[in-house]
Amino acid sequence: MNWESAGQFWAMGGYGFFVWSSYAVTAVLVAAELIALSRRMRRARALAARDLALERMDSGKRGRT
Amino acid sequence: MSDSPLSAARVPTAGVSLFHYASPQTFFPLAGKLLWPCWIASLLLTVAGLYTAFFVAPTDATQGDSYRIIFIHVPAAWMSMVIYMAMAFWCAVGLVFNTRLSFMMSSALAPTGALWAFIALWTGALWGKPTWGTYWVWDARLTSELILFFLYCGYMALQAAIDDPRRADRAGALIAIVGAINVPIIYFSVKWWNTLHQGSSVSMTQSPTMATTMLTGMLLMALAAWAYTIGAALVRVRAIMIERERHTDWVRQLSNAGSNGDLNA
Repeated sequence: MNWESAGQFWAMGGYGFFVWSSYAVTAVLVAAELIALSRRMRRARALAARDLALERMDSGKRGRT
Repeated sequence: MSDSPLSAARVPTAGVSLFHYASPQTFFPLAGKLLWPCWIASLLLTVAGLYTAFFVAPTDATQGDSYRIIFIHVPAAWMSMVIYMAMAFWCAVGLVFNTRLSFMMSSALAPTGALWAFIALWTGALWGKPTWGTYWVWDARLTSELILFFLYCGYMALQAAIDDPRRADRAGALIAIVGAINVPIIYFSVKWWNTLHQGSSVSMTQSPTMATTMLTGMLLMALAAWAYTIGAALVRVRAIMIERERHTDWVRQLSNAGSNGDLNA
């Protein structure tokens, strides 16, 4: 075990700022990409569903006239 | 029937299996099935990697605990180079075989590649300050990695600027393939030039120059980054497939299967 206390762990031998900003920025960016990905997928599905609905409305109108 | 001209043109079975998944409608459900294994593998590898990085690997004799940035920095830098080569590969395949899925794969990889390139630069700066006394220096390794980040940005900006996807693919392919020359330059920069950046700690020809537990942690994190990258690229390529092919029958059928239907599967 490297650390005798939680304080020692967070201090990282005096390099806490450098170590933790590296890990924090990585975590934030990865999380941001995951959110962006799920949004993009949802938007793509909605787009496909909307186009399908529009096509159905079109063919419905043409059927009646 | 058997001697009709069509049967002569039939592709042999091996050819079918090779190109079977080259069409979006067969690749879409396959990519969906691969997603959860990727996320789970990435999560488990990250937990194991972080545990090794912080609780197993010892404090470095010369750099103290600042070296623990390596567990992100090196995997990120590796991924940024591997992803660019993968993009160039898919673009070349797309240009040669004119397969639309290849270009979609390339587009799907770019943002994640840019992410890793940025993380490699960011963590490198934060590691440079305590060890070299500066966040940034224009040495060959750092500069070529910065160029790699700009190449990713240029590829994405160019694709976004051209409305016709086929033309966007071809223009992007040019950047991806020509820019690939930068990857070996990054890799060998520490050998070819006098750099402030240290040489590789892990190479294919020599045994690693670092403690086994440090190496284990780094490799676990690298595998986690691989699994994450594959998962992210698969999600993005699925979204691109729907966006681009939403007027084709296979997307219509999946979309038709229900509001929450098979586009999720």
